[in-house]
Amino acid sequence: MGEIRLEKVHKAFGSTVVIPEIDLEIADNEFVVFVGPSGCGKSTLLRLIAGLEDTTSGRIVIDGEDMTARSPATRGLSMVFQSYALYPHMSVYRNIAFPLKMAGVEKAAIDEKVRNAARILNLSDYLDRRPGQLSGGQRQRVAIGRAIVREPKAFLFDEPLSNLDAALRGSMRLEISELHHQLQTTMIYVTHDQVEAMTMADKIVVLNAGRVEQVGSPLELYRSPRNLFVASFIGSPRMNLIKGSEAEKLGAPTVGIRPEHLEMSTASGHWKGTVAVAEHLGSDTFLHVEVEGLGQLTARADGEFALRHGETVYLSPSSERLHRFDDEGSALN
Amino acid sequence: MARAVSTRTRLVFTLIGWLVGFLIFFPILWTVLTSFKSEGTAIATPPQFLFFQWTAENYIEVNSRSDYLKHFMNSVVISLGSTLLGLVIAIPAAWAMAFAPTKRTKDVLLWMLSTKMLPAVGVLVPIYLLFRDAGLLDTRIGLTFVLTMANLPIIVWMLYTYFREIPGDILEAARMDGASLAKEIIYVLTPMAVPGIASTLLLNIILAWNEAFWTLNLTAAKAAPLTAFIASYSSPEGLFWAKLSAASTLAIAPILILGWFSQRQLVRGLTFGAVK
Repeated sequence: MGEIRLEKVHKAFGSTVVIPEIDLEIADNEFVVFVGPSGCGKSTLLRLIAGLEDTTSGRIVIDGEDMTARSPATRGLSMVFQSYALYPHMSVYRNIAFPLKMAGVEKAAIDEKVRNAARILNLSDYLDRRPGQLSGGQRQRVAIGRAIVREPKAFLFDEPLSNLDAALRGSMRLEISELHHQLQTTMIYVTHDQVEAMTMADKIVVLNAGRVEQVGSPLELYRSPRNLFVASFIGSPRMNLIKGSEAEKLGAPTVGIRPEHLEMSTASGHWKGTVAVAEHLGSDTFLHVEVEGLGQLTARADGEFALRHGETVYLSPSSERLHRFDDEGSALN
Repeated sequence: MARAVSTRTRLVFTLIGWLVGFLIFFPILWTVLTSFKSEGTAIATPPQFLFFQWTAENYIEVNSRSDYLKHFMNSVVISLGSTLLGLVIAIPAAWAMAFAPTKRTKDVLLWMLSTKMLPAVGVLVPIYLLFRDAGLLDTRIGLTFVLTMANLPIIVWMLYTYFREIPGDILEAARMDGASLAKEIIYVLTPMAVPGIASTLLLNIILAWNEAFWTLNLTAAKAAPLTAFIASYSSPEGLFWAKLSAASTLAIAPILILGWFSQRQLVRGLTFGAVK
């Protein structure tokens, strides 16, 4: 079991309010991602759940039990830190065994669990090494191994992949998702990278300045963002936002259209522009198009779309894919 | 690209370096040389540097006149005891200040350091009277205690500096893993801070070994360490330079040897954290 409920959780450091008030429910076995820009309070929220920070007010309920005042160790949660936070003076074996040793588990049982975790994470050959002798990805696996052996109610990940290079990040993302299917345990994952959020989450919680902007599945957030913040945060490249008279013509003070929902033509279309930059990725081509009166719009075409800087292109938004927002930035449709 | 340095500049700086090193080392060298002279040669003008009648009579005389081993053991017990006791008190104190600081932490640190700015003689009378009434005069326990107090601010400061270099994440990980505060300090913090703790230990043994004010004023015979042993050779009947030098050489030899073998550790400890 790993059901976590936040009830009116509020956190302030002195007079600085980091989290005004949050209510949130996380179901058992769910993979929840907290995503938001730096300083939005997502890490603080995770630390509150972990018990590494005390709530200023509100309740944290885990599996029906009020854990607000309980110490981190007694909450039954495991955490994987951004910096891995491995014990540098201990071997990989002793690192993974540490939580079990602290819990007073017998040596034979510790040995079995450590070897089992090492097997799952492909660490069996490295058990005698120190963290300093491992690569970034291996260290991250040790940190995960240390979290697994406790058989926690939920795993908490605090930006675990941000110290890895891009290729490794991709493969670790897959590994963590596979681990989730294998272990069938609740996972809460904090990241500022919306690609990680979209690819891994069952449910995304978008945070901004300590407030929950929207909660939903990745596709829900992509298809119907509740406001401008979510609209521009989710999706890569970012949604194009159009204001002023052109937006009014389309029926709202602000209109958003994703790059993949702009049709391109060299002959005719809704808006005429010139290509400022063409980014050819092979599979896709991203065109940054300068449109008079609108500024720069980003459009996505297939990889074979061969236009260069300075050439003319026509863009047409597909009307059923338009996002309309009112003056306050809330979605209209 | 490394800065180009001409051979001449390098030569000049090397010479200056050796000169400064020699000047610093000279008093110790002179003491050792004098300890091998007869009392007459020791005060001869012009001073004789290397070509004199070498003799070991001062060492024989010093050893027959006083019990070197007793003083040596007193020094060992007092300096090691006060340093270890200091570490036991300072490790939790430095932990609290490094990992759970409050608004007043900086003030506490400064206040502790400020006690070192007070001349020790300012509190000699009250401490002497307290020691007399508590029966601690001329005891190893009394001296261990007073040297612990005297060096505690330095121990706390040094450990605080080392502890601040240890990432808080790792201690939080230990907390998540179910370590109590005591276990967190024993299994995680202390092993990680071993280089820092070792250099603190060494430096404080040296400080305590050389401490002369309290050891001279609070001891007479039983608990007198090597500082008192040296002082006993500067007597009102006149100075016996050669014997005094022999006593000094005997007193500083153990700590010099310790310092020589641990110099790498000491330098690393003292510059710890300067470059990440």
